Order: sequence, then structure tokens, then C-alpha cells
Amino acid sequence: MTLNGWIQILIFCGIIVLLVKPLGGYMTRVYNGERTFLSLLLAPFERLLYRAAGTGEREEQHWTTYVGAMLAFNVLGFLILYLLQRLQAGLPFNPAGMAAVPQELSFNTAVSFVTNTNWQNYGGESTMSYLVQMAGLTVQNFVSAATGMALAVALIRGFARASAKTVGNFWVDLTRSTLYVLLPICIVLALVYVFLGVPQTLGAYVDATTLEGGKQTIAVGPAASQLAIKMLGTNGGGFFNANSAHPFENPDALANLIQMVSIFAIGAAFTNVFGRMIGDQKQGWAIFAAMGVLFLAGVFFTYWAEASGNPLMHALGLEGGNMEGKEVRFGIALSALFAVVTTAASCGAVNAMHDSFTALGGMIPLINMELGEVIIGGVGAGLYGILLFVIIAIFVSGLMVGRTPEYLGKKIEAKEVKMAMLAILCLPLAMLGFTAIAVVMPSSVASIANQGPHGFSEILYAYTSATANNGSAFGGLTGNTPWYNLTLGIAMLMGRFLVIVPALAIAGSLAAKKTVPASAGTFPTNGGLFVGLLVGVILIVGGLTFLPALALGPIAEHLAILSGQTF
Amino acid sequence: MLKQLRPALVMIVALTAITGLAYPLAMTGIAGALFPHQANGSLIVENGTVVGSELIGQNFTTERYFHGRPSVTLGPDPADPSKTTTVPYNAVNSMGSNAGPGNAALIERVKADVEKLKAENPSQPVPIDLVTSTGSGLDPHISPDAALFQVPRVAKARGVAEDQIRTLVQEHTDGRLLGVLGEPMVNVLALNRALDAAAR
Repeated sequence: MTLNGWIQILIFCGIIVLLVKPLGGYMTRVYNGERTFLSLLLAPFERLLYRAAGTGEREEQHWTTYVGAMLAFNVLGFLILYLLQRLQAGLPFNPAGMAAVPQELSFNTAVSFVTNTNWQNYGGESTMSYLVQMAGLTVQNFVSAATGMALAVALIRGFARASAKTVGNFWVDLTRSTLYVLLPICIVLALVYVFLGVPQTLGAYVDATTLEGGKQTIAVGPAASQLAIKMLGTNGGGFFNANSAHPFENPDALANLIQMVSIFAIGAAFTNVFGRMIGDQKQGWAIFAAMGVLFLAGVFFTYWAEASGNPLMHALGLEGGNMEGKEVRFGIALSALFAVVTTAASCGAVNAMHDSFTALGGMIPLINMELGEVIIGGVGAGLYGILLFVIIAIFVSGLMVGRTPEYLGKKIEAKEVKMAMLAILCLPLAMLGFTAIAVVMPSSVASIANQGPHGFSEILYAYTSATANNGSAFGGLTGNTPWYNLTLGIAMLMGRFLVIVPALAIAGSLAAKKTVPASAGTFPTNGGLFVGLLVGVILIVGGLTFLPALALGPIAEHLAILSGQTF
Repeated sequence: MLKQLRPALVMIVALTAITGLAYPLAMTGIAGALFPHQANGSLIVENGTVVGSELIGQNFTTERYFHGRPSVTLGPDPADPSKTTTVPYNAVNSMGSNAGPGNAALIERVKADVEKLKAENPSQPVPIDLVTSTGSGLDPHISPDAALFQVPRVAKARGVAEDQIRTLVQEHTDGRLLGVLGEPMVNVLALNRALDAAAR
């Protein structure tokens, strides 16, 4: 680890902390329907859109209606994306002449982008036409992110409202997330990215004659516009196969910094939106602090592991950290930081190949996802994810002192705790369940690229990433087989909708409750004790389940490498 | 859910038009007008032919040029196009090795490379980035150490004094952005073009 490395990490953290309040304030005004600097431009268009859709700004929905609207929108989005891939050969914007995407792969990709996962069993530049990249994948990058944001707002309303029947209007929240938050920021960022070197063209791939007289075909395309939303919406699906390790998709350290900041910006700001909407910003900062503790611990550990390097390479006389699968312009510090940011936040973009990380360096990304993507988390998804853990933490503390647990003046009762546990338990079910099946079937084991414990980690990482809706991979695993396309698709659906629906049920139930005034016996949830309790519950309830699996994978691998064993 | 079909349809059509067509096409138009060089891939054109991109690494194998990092990108086998094989720096199929830290094939490959490089320049330790493969397979950079390591070989192959080459390397070493961000590095293609230019 170097001083410069830590300075770069601190610069990143500083920018995020500074962004939380202003961005949170802006987003709160947007979701409350107050005027913002974009209203003049967007409000008339917004009204037109609601009228065409047969809904209205002031039309409120019961939580079940809200879920129905969300599901209808997602099913339709899935169908369109599936068909676009199947028919791309005959559609315009296809200069490279890409053929139709096969059935299973189309299914996997459509599920992947609708659930905000962006797991990629395909290489962008060798599979997808420009039309699919733009009108299919980019669209879902926007609206799957907006869906997550809408749901978080609905859950916040559940806490903020008292004796209410409704939690908001999905169509309004969806539209505002897209038009007021995501799109304007993306327009600015896309142009910055192009300035820094990211291509944005509809032209065909370029043939170059190299200095040594060879041929090099260079893939280009409308990459910058997709890159902007890929990071901001914590989607993570690369335009190019190597994702943000590709020099076109991440040309230099400044582009890299902007990308990392955009991964965290909205998720971090959501803690402030939460605080503002419930009328106590300190509550938001307490949640932010719990996320921050877990994040910094992960960064420290991963950076340490990668900077320590690979003992097997040191034995060959090489010095320094682990550079396999990394890019020189990012080096050890920025690759380690990026890996933690992208897995803490459910983004899944990578600027170095996680499969080639050291055993322990690759374990932290895995743990980040296993915890349910609550360290900042996906846009919106991170907030409703951590609020589920808050409910459990409050419940546990209530049990310890023998009082009915309360949070923000709402009694936390059996229904809320059951729903929160249901959502939290479905994650290990899909992650570990599918892994267990896959490792005993020879046909699915055949997909691994590395033998020994690392091969197990590859499979575990795949199902963990899919279920957590992250999308990063230990990329050596050949995921483009019928088995993985299907089961990873199911894992993504479980990880998304089996969390969303219980979360909304909680929103509906909380909104209907009366607010009880705070008393001397109320547990304060905006202080250090609560932060510590929340971190503890996340690690114990969310993390401990995975310890045996981690022991079989990265920990076994680490010990084997220390003793000089290769596989 | 059926009652939600109309808003769902209206919303997906409208948002596809805005975010999937208007947004990327407008960005393409504006970027092409403001930053045409970058928007088209930062191409280097010499006498009317494209010789590469400033941002994309190239495969260098001869002794007269500085070499980039190992790249394991796949592509069609030139001998038999129905098969795929390793085609380093294939810029239509970016990928890394995805070899784990304990991968026997990786360690064997690195060992062989280290021995080859040690024979080439026994006076300096082998820089680790020169024997580990790039994440994208297209890394345009090497570390300053990795460039300096190759100076004796390049100087000998070109019949030029080592100091002359070393100066060229120093001129093409990019520091950290604002002195803080990123890592010091050398763009291999730019350096090699400068070598050729100096020879002319």
C-alpha cells in the first residue's frame, strides 16, 4: 500500500460525502413534486406523458397497485428486449452485421438488464448490434435504475406517512427518476467521457495497419452514452467485453474517478433523501455511517491483499502487487478501490479482472454481494436493502430489552419482521442453493476456467453476483451455456423481485400505522450505538451464512497458495 | 396488473424513444461536432491510412520496438479461420486471462517469460507488469520501469546509443494526473512511433 494510493482513495470518499446533501436535497424536491430548475422544461412534457398513460401526478396507489404497475412495466420491458435481440439481424443500426442472439442468451440478457444486474454472458462488441445496445440495453439501464429508485421512495413514504392507505404513484416516480435525475446527469457525463476519449459514433469498426505491418480491427460505437448510465444507474453492463478495463470505456484516471463517483452518487444521496422525507437528516447520516464503516473495511482489506501480491510470483523473483488482469493506468490502488465500489454498490462494472485477484482480494467483492448489496447498494435498491436490515436490527435490540421495537415512531411488528426476513433469506437460498447444485453436476463444473478451490469460487461468484443483481463476474467461467443462462436468469429474478415485493409490503403496512411519539424508552436510531448495532446485524445475519462457502473457496485457495501449491 | 397495461405500454414506448434513441443519437451528434477525434476512437492517421488508436495497445514482437504487456485476446486462427486462437491485442474481442492466482498454467507462463526477459537484460529486476497479462487485452501502457528495462534490447536492435533511447522513454513518460491520480506510465505505441520518427 502506498501513501499516494490512500490519497486517491480519500479523494474519492471526500467527493462522495460532499455530494450526499446537495444531490439528496435535489432528489427530495423531485420526488415531492416541488419545482426544480428543470421543471420549466420538463413539467409540460411530464403532464402530457401522464395523460397519455391514463394516470396523473396526484393519483396515489395502494402498495399492491404499485407492485402491479412495477411488474407490468418490467414484464413488458423484458419482452421488448428479448425480441430486439432475436430480431437484430433484420433491424437497422447493425453495421457489423450481427446475427440473431440465441434464445437462452437472449433470455438471460433480457432478465439481466431488466433486473438491473447486467450480468453479461456475451461480449458486447462481438454480439450486439448498435440498435440493441441503444434502444434495448441503454433503455433498460435507465428504467431498471429508475424502478429501483421509485421503490426506495415508496418505502421511504411508508416510514414518513401515518395512517395512510397509499405509497405514491409508480408511473410518476419512474418518470421523475428518469427525466429529472438520471437523464440530465447522463447528458453531461456522456460528453465529458467523449472528451476524455470514449467513442460515440455509429460508424463501422475501423481497420488499422499496425506499425509492424499487421492488421488490427478496432471496435468503436456509441459507447459514451451507454457508459454514463451504466455507472450512474449502477447497472454495470459494458459496451465492450472488458467493460471499464477497456481503454475506450475507461481511458484514464480521471474518467475512472468520475465513473466510481457516479456509481456511488445516487445511492449515497438516497440516505439523505430518506432523512429529509422522514424529517430528521441525522437518521439518514446514521445509515450512511454504517455503510461507510463496512465500505472502508472492505477497501482496506482488498487494497492490502492486492498490494501484498501473489507469493507464487514473488517466488519467481518478481516484486510488487498483483498486476495480472489489471491495467497499468489504474495500478493496484485504483483497481482495488474500483472492485470494492462496484460490488458494494451492485454496479458490477469492472476496471480489472476480479477472477485474477488474489484469493483474499477477490473474497471482499464476494462478501459485499453476499451482504445483499447494502453498502450504498444499487440506486434505490441499496436503501430498501439496508432498511430491511434496520428492521431486523431494531427487532433484535427490542428483544434484548424486552420492549416492542419502534423505528421512527412506527411499531415494528410481526408482519414487518417476517417480510424483512423473507427478503433477506431468499439471497442465500439462491446464491448457495444454485451453487450447490452446479458444483455436483459435471456439465456445469466443465464451465470453470481454474481448477481447485478457485473453480468453486467462480461458480459461487456467478450465483452470488446474479442474485445480488450485481453483474460482475469471475469471468473465466463459461456462462453462455443453456444451464447457466437459465439458472442465472432465475437467480437474478429471485434476487430482485423476492426482495422488492416484501419491501413494498412493508411500505404499505408501515404507511397504514399511526405514529407513536418518542419517549424516554425509545432507542435512539441516529447515534453511534445504533450504527454499531446495524453493522453487527448486517455481518451476522447477512454474512455469517456464507462463511462455510468462503472457507471452501477463497480461504482454502489462500492457504494452498501460501504453501506453494498450484492448480 | 392488466389495468396497468396501458400506462406500461405508453411509458416503455416514450422512455425508449427518449433514452434509447433521442439520447444516444443526440449525444452522437453533439460529440461528433465538439470532439470528433475522440468520438471516432482517437485514431492516428498517417498518410491517409489509420495506423492505430492512441488509446488501444498494439501487438509488438520485433526487437526494434518496445513491447506491451502480454495479451490473451482470442480471434480466428489465421491458418484455419474456423478455429479460435490467441490473437494478442485483438481490438474486437477485449478480454483478460481470468487466470486465478494459483493457476498452474499462468505461473508456468510467467516463469517462462521471466527467464526470457532475464536473459535479455540481466542487469535489472523484471518489472511485474511486463509479465502479467492486461485486463482488457488492449492495455496501451507499460510502467516506466518496464520501458527502461527494454532500452538495451531496442538500442542494440536499432544500433543507437542507449542514452538516446532512454531520453526518448523519459520524454514519453506520463506522470500522475495533477500529480495525484493514476500511475506513471508510458504509451507503447506513442513511444514506438517516436522511435521511428527519430530514425527518419
